[in-house]
Formats: sequence, C-alpha cells, structure tokens
Amino acid sequence: MWKFIVRRLLITFPQIVLLSILIFLMSQFMPGDALTGMLDPNVDQSTIQEQRERMGLNDPWHIKYANWVSGLVQGDLGQSFRFKMDVSELISQRMENTLLLGIVTLIFTYLIAIPLGITSGRYNDTLLDQAITGYTYVGFATPLFIFGLVMLFIFGYQLGWFPTSGSVGPGMVPGTLDYWISKLKHVMLPALSMALIQTVSTVQYLRSEIVDTKQKDFIITARAKGASESRVYNRHIFRNSLLPIAAFIGWEITTLIVGTVFIEQIFGYPGMGLLFLESINMRDYSVVTALVLLFGIAQILGTLLSDIILSIVDPRIRIK
Amino acid sequence: MSRKLLEIENLTTSFQIGDEYYAAVDDVSLTVNRNEVLGIVGESGSGKSALAFSIMRLHNRAKIEGKIKLEGIDLAKASTSDLNKLRGDKLSMIFQDPLTALNPLMEIGAQINETLILHRPKMSKQERYDRVIELLDLVGITGPEYVYQQYPHELSGGMRQRVIIAIAIANKPQLLIADEPTTALDVTIQAQILDLIRELRDEMDAGIILITHDLGVVAEMADRVAVMYAGQIVEIADVHTLFENPLHPYTRSLLNSVPTEGQDRLHVIQGIVPGLQHLPRTGCRFAARIPWIDESVHEENPLLHEVTPGHFVRCTCHSYFYFPEKGKEEITHGDT
Ligand SMILES: Nc1ncnc2c1ncn2[C@@H]1O[C@H](COP(=O)(O)OP(=O)(O)OP(=O)(O)O)[C@@H](O)[C@H]1O
Ligand SMILES: [Mg+2]
Repeated sequence: MWKFIVRRLLITFPQIVLLSILIFLMSQFMPGDALTGMLDPNVDQSTIQEQRERMGLNDPWHIKYANWVSGLVQGDLGQSFRFKMDVSELISQRMENTLLLGIVTLIFTYLIAIPLGITSGRYNDTLLDQAITGYTYVGFATPLFIFGLVMLFIFGYQLGWFPTSGSVGPGMVPGTLDYWISKLKHVMLPALSMALIQTVSTVQYLRSEIVDTKQKDFIITARAKGASESRVYNRHIFRNSLLPIAAFIGWEITTLIVGTVFIEQIFGYPGMGLLFLESINMRDYSVVTALVLLFGIAQILGTLLSDIILSIVDPRIRIK
Repeated sequence: MSRKLLEIENLTTSFQIGDEYYAAVDDVSLTVNRNEVLGIVGESGSGKSALAFSIMRLHNRAKIEGKIKLEGIDLAKASTSDLNKLRGDKLSMIFQDPLTALNPLMEIGAQINETLILHRPKMSKQERYDRVIELLDLVGITGPEYVYQQYPHELSGGMRQRVIIAIAIANKPQLLIADEPTTALDVTIQAQILDLIRELRDEMDAGIILITHDLGVVAEMADRVAVMYAGQIVEIADVHTLFENPLHPYTRSLLNSVPTEGQDRLHVIQGIVPGLQHLPRTGCRFAARIPWIDESVHEENPLLHEVTPGHFVRCTCHSYFYFPEKGKEEITHGDT
C-alpha cells in the first residue's frame, strides 16, 4: 500500500508542475499585466517602460515563470489591484467559506446518495426504484443555477427559513458559538441546493454498483452458505458496492469546485467561486490566475485522494 | 433410516428469455442414496449446473416445476428461511468457477468462518478459528494460518478451488453437490480432494452428486452415472454397466471421445449442444447430431426405458446406432 501511495504521490508532482506552466502561459496571454491596473494612465510611456524592466516584465517567459513559481512557493500570489491587497490574503479569507460550503455539501451529498442508492439498487425495477431513478433523471436535466435560484426563491424569500446572501450575519464576533451557528445557517441552503443536484450521479453510480454486485458469483456462494438475504446485502453486496463510492469522493470534490462558482454567485456567498467571477468581471487577473491554479491543484489532489482511499480500502490494490 | 437421500421427480427448470420460458433442465427424475456417489456427465451446456443450482435453489429467476425431496422435505417448495437453514449445513455445493466464487474483499478465513457462524452458533470464536485452520489443512493448503488472512486475489486458481471445497465441507453436509470440483487442480491435489469427498461420504453416510467432464474421475468415484444431453437424462446406470455397455448414441460418443488403450481413433460426434432457445423440444434431441441414422428409428416422444434393472436409456434409436466410420456391421443391438 505504501509503495502504491508513494508512487501515486510521485506522479502528482509533475502533474502540478505541468498545471502551473499551463496556467502561467495562459496568464501571459491575458491582456495587460501587473502594471496595467496599478498605474495612473497619465504617467508617460518611458517611465512605464522603465518600471516594466525593473519588475522583470520584459524577461523571457521561462525566467518570468521561475520568478512566479518562487513567489508562489513563498506564498506570494501577487497583488489584487481591485482590493489593493495580497492575493494570498484575499483568497485565504474566502477559502474558509468555500471549504465550509464544500464540506457541508459533501455531507449532504452522501446523506442523500447512500440511502437512495442502496434502496434503488436493492429493490431495482420496483416502483420505489423507478421513483428514485426518476429523481436522478430530473437532477441530471436541471441546471444547477436554475435550481439554486428556485431554492433561494422558495426557502430564502418566500418561506424566509434561510438568509438570502452572505456567509455570516452582521455584527457576529468570530469564534463565538453564535457566529458559527450563523455561518451554518448561511451555508445550509446553498449546500443543500448543490447536494440535491450533484448527488444524482452518486445515486446512479451506487445503484448500478449494487445491481452489478448482486449478480456476482460470490453472492451465490454466500447464499449457498445459508446466509439470509439481509446478511447477503450487509456483509457482501453493500461492502463491495460502497467501496468504489468511497473513492468517488475525489471526483465529487472536482465537480464541487465547478458547482461552487455558480452557487456562490446565486447565493451571494463570499467564497472563492464568487471571488473568481468578480475578478473576471473586474479583470483582476492576478486573482483569476491564482484561483485557477488553486482549483486545478484541488482537482489533482481530489483524484489523488480517491486513489489513496481506494488503495486503503481495496486489498487488491493494497498489495501492489 | 431410508437409504434414499435425495429424490428428484420430474424436475423442470426454465429460464425466461424474451417472453418465453425455455427449459434448461427438462423433466429430470433421479435418486441419490446415502453413501453413494452419483456422477453426472454431459457436454458443456447440457444443463448440469442448472440442475445443481435447482437443487440448491440458487437460481435467481427461474421457474421450477417438480419435486426435489431431501429426506422428505421438498426443496422446490421450501421457504427461503428453511432453505437457509439447510444450505451450507446439510446441503452444500462446490462451485464450478473458483475464480469468481469468492468475495474479493473478504479474508479467506472469514469466508470459511461465515458458514460456521451461520450454522454452528454454539462454537466459540477460538473453536471456529481452529476448525477453519483444520479445514484449510484438510484441503491441502500449506501454511493455513497465513492463508487465513489472505485475500482471494493472492491465491492461485487451484488454491481458491480448495477454499471453495473447504467452505462446502465445513459443516459436513449430508448431500454434497460437487460441480467440477477438481478442474483447476493438479493430479496429486485432485486425488487428495477425491479422497476427502470419499471420507465425507463414509463418515457422514452422505450422498454426493459429482458433476464432471472427466470420465476418469467418474470411473474412479461414481457408483452410478447419469448422462445429460440438452437438459434431459439420456442414460443412467451403475458405473460398470455404463462403461461396459453404453447404449445411448450420446453416451457412446462421449465414451469414445476419451482415448483409451487399444483404440486407435476418437469418435467424436460433430456439433455442440445448441443454446436453450434453439433446442429441439420434440422428438429425439440427439437426432440432429446423428443425421446418418434413419429418422424413423427415433421415438416420437422419447422416454426413458429400463433395459436392464437400473439401466435406463432414452429413445429407441440406440438400437440402430453405429459410428459412421465403423460401418453398420459393428452395431451392437440393445436388448429392447
Ligand atoms: N440463469 C440463466 N438464464 C438463462 N439461461 C441459462 C441460465 N443458466 C443457464 N442457462 C442456460 O442453460 C443451459 C445449460 O447451462 P449449464 O450451465 O447448466 O450447462 P453445464 O452443463 O453446466 O455446462 P458446463 O459443462 O459448461 O458447466 C445453457 O444453454 C445455458 O446458457
Ligand atoms: Mg456447469
């Protein structure tokens, strides 16, 4: 297992390097540079040129890349011209919110997916299964941002059960219990909206895993031992079907990232996704670049996590 | 105690394909006595496993008609909970495919242990562990303590087959169905397993159904032999009679396809068992594979005829059968 994990980690490193190169090159093609937003348009051209030279903006790309990376490693993601603050500081404020949103969404996703998937798979082709499968089809067909708007309208505005924007109530003192309760209240509706839509692929996946496992020969062996139906399910079928689901979590994280961008926008939830959209609108490219890099790294780490979980729970991989 | 352990009467097992039901086991009647090994032979697709699964009631979706009486209890009508009490205890089965029959995510020991947990609730944990080790040892696995905590993919096909055998004999069944129990094993281990099956028979006064392609194993192990073709029993007799005086064309071709001493060529009848949907359902099912035999010699509705006591053969065509290469003069007429 350790061998596998180490090897898997070694692959991750070049992946991240490649990603950073791509993102760096992409950022080079974006109009303007670090100076564009900072300077007063009335300053004359030669001063600008001088400044550019001094800041290394005229260097060949690989030197610029090396500078950029060494900055990154030290936590320097550049300056946001809009917020006039370090990008790293700006993002770390937002990251806490997005992490909370992500975790709560994941919890909801599995809370919904596991009972539905199990029921649907165990009683496949019954009315109950058809109802659940129907829900997954609707979930697939419904765009997340429309569903989010509907949820916001009903539970936020009409029923008033949840706050309609922000991540915490005004005047809350960070660290107090009230502060955290308020945070949870704010995260609930966006997380639930996202989970209800994103869980459908997990439901379907779990269902098909169970339907598949049901027909395996070793299930017949278990029945031949005299195992009751419930024992066959609990000891053999669910265990074997939930395993790939555990590994699904990495994939779940990657789709979550895309989801937060929409959901944070709709619910005015100040996380990284909202920051991303705002920064694009404001052409705050240093922020955009940093966020794309972080999203990309999160995706890579997500699949890494999946593989590691799988290697821990699946003895077939554990050995190799 | 009655010598009869298992009595199958007019068992038909059908699978639904499209809108129709097709019989994979067709009106089979047979008996297995205590302390007896009944061999079942037949080509691939002849319905041997389908019959075994019917007795164990392991088919997922199949229509089962007829009676399967195990010491008077009709398994065909038994409830699932009654079946669960029997399966793995009095009635057990060794599965044909060792590669897929074990749970890939469960330790070997736990998989054998499970059958003890289910039927021997009074055993302590330690007793069960000791029994599992003993079983692994019995089926010829070296280092049982180590193998106990291995996973199926770490074992070879032969090792897995032996684990499946260990599961099947764990609770000393009264009726053991062994579906190709020794195919993945080398000769020494095969002999050891066959010994084990004999021991079980003697110790428990058990009945054994031994399904195999290997006529050598049949000759060595079986007391009686049933030959299946296309879901039907076409011939059944005690082992000596069957080997010395095979009657049905299918039996004769099967026996001829094993090269034996003093015989210079194989007579393998061309063709294969057709799929369920394409089986002839009327007349002699074997007729299509012996087209050089005049059609008029087949019965319209072939029945099993008792030619000598305990020797049954289906259809009258066997009296007129000859291998094409040998010529008509060598026909041995059965005494119908
Ligand atoms: N669950 C099922 N559904 C539909 N058809 C089936 C099913 N199980 C078996 N059959 C069919 O029944 C026939 C008999 O199959 P069976 O597995 O009993 O053959 P067999 O004699 O055991 O062959 P082998 O020697 O290859 O094991 C085959 O045509 C097979 O395709
Ligand atoms: Mg078979």
